[in-house]
Amino acid sequence: MSNDNKDQNDPKTAPTASGFSAYKERILALGNDSLEKTIVVALALCLVCAVFVSFSAVGLKPLQIYNKALDMKKNILDVAGLLDADTDIDQAFETQIEAKIVDLKTGDYDDSINVVSFDQRKAAKDPQQNEAIPRKSDIASIKVKSKKAKVYLVKKGGQISSIILPVHGYGLWSTMYGFLALDADGQTVQSISFYDQAETPGLGGEVVNPAWRALWKGKKVYSADSRPVLRLIKGVVDASRPGAEHQIDGLAGATLTSNGVSNLIRYWMGDEGFAPYLNKVRTIKGKGEGV
Amino acid sequence: MKAETKKVLVDPLVDNNPITLQVLGICSALAVTSQMKTSIIMALALTVVVACSSAAISMVRNHIPSSIRIIVQMTIIASLVIVVDQILKAFVYDVSKQLSVFVGLIITNCIVMGRAEAYAMKNPPWDSFVDGIGNGLGYSLILLIVAFFRELLGAGKLFGIEILKLTKDGGWYEPNGLMLLPPSAFFIIGLIIWAFRSWKPAQVESPDYKISAIAHGEGGHH
Repeated sequence: MSNDNKDQNDPKTAPTASGFSAYKERILALGNDSLEKTIVVALALCLVCAVFVSFSAVGLKPLQIYNKALDMKKNILDVAGLLDADTDIDQAFETQIEAKIVDLKTGDYDDSINVVSFDQRKAAKDPQQNEAIPRKSDIASIKVKSKKAKVYLVKKGGQISSIILPVHGYGLWSTMYGFLALDADGQTVQSISFYDQAETPGLGGEVVNPAWRALWKGKKVYSADSRPVLRLIKGVVDASRPGAEHQIDGLAGATLTSNGVSNLIRYWMGDEGFAPYLNKVRTIKGKGEGV
Repeated sequence: MKAETKKVLVDPLVDNNPITLQVLGICSALAVTSQMKTSIIMALALTVVVACSSAAISMVRNHIPSSIRIIVQMTIIASLVIVVDQILKAFVYDVSKQLSVFVGLIITNCIVMGRAEAYAMKNPPWDSFVDGIGNGLGYSLILLIVAFFRELLGAGKLFGIEILKLTKDGGWYEPNGLMLLPPSAFFIIGLIIWAFRSWKPAQVESPDYKISAIAHGEGGHH
């Protein structure tokens, strides 16, 4: 019978020990199909399982939150080109990266919001902080976006050396979340990285392939008339052709994922995305002032 | 180890393999086997869940009312799966990101329910635990064989380490893209079943129907 204590409280600690253990004896002796036993077993089981699950969920929560934050920092350092195998992620992030909140409409920094606790993905779902994207202009298929965005700056000697912008958009199966790192001119790509996507492994999933990501380096986002024209093309870019600086090799066998990447770049680099902000960064830089 | 315990442990590896003989748990075998690393974690997670749920169900087996039998089993299995998922998220974050929904889907994995119904309800906890480990290992074996071929032929790698140099990186091997898609696991599992049944003809099922000659005039009324 010792096995069956699992479903019952330990009679020694129960306040009415004799009454309780008598009840326990009676319940255990009941036929399995009696109504009373069915209800008691169901309740006891749910209680035990609920306690078990809650303890593990609550107990492991701090570790999970830490892991998630660490993963995010790792991605940002990676796209900024600051990640080596032996980098101390927390420390490198602390000393080299500065997070800022940007109002997407005006392109200004918004210092009234706590940078550390602001979560752009959560904000995009919060009716207070998001806005619907009109269907016509929703080329990245994301439906809503946060009014503010969290950008990251890397500075060297007081000057901005990279601007890291969060971007996301729909691919074939999933919304792909990533970062695009630009030079301080707001035009030249340094790197791109996707930290959350569920595209077909080996095909669309190659958006995380370092060899493909390396193709982005040095590409230009905007055309001479300030339109975001950087896109993925079918096949391999011919570097000798004019416009090659705005083109990136498409992912083989993943046309829809490739289109998704092109669309999300076009959206987030456009007027509804970071174009107002990047314009401001350029003007300030042109006047020779620090940001 | 007692002979009986050993039989319970070893039997599900080949002779009574849950995937190839019982054809259970196919869906996750298709979904997570494009890489060795995810397959190992998935196999480990499933083995832990089958073993622990079988043991837990076996402990209370004499007091489970038959009218809510399946729900009781599901509750125990679901609790264990949630705990395993939480542990993966806390300790191997990037793998849990790749496995995403499939850890949660262990709940619906037929092997877990199958062992609970077929074995744990009738046998003592320790034997049920060993039976769970055995079936988990049988599942793991097939998962790893499938993942080995899929990752090697589909991406030229094993555990993410390059084995065959791909043409796109200047090597000689042109990867087979089909191997990275779930249907390829069907082909590989089919080939494994064929191999197992050629090796152990006892696994071949007798046909459900036999074609036999019937006397003229019979079977006219359908």
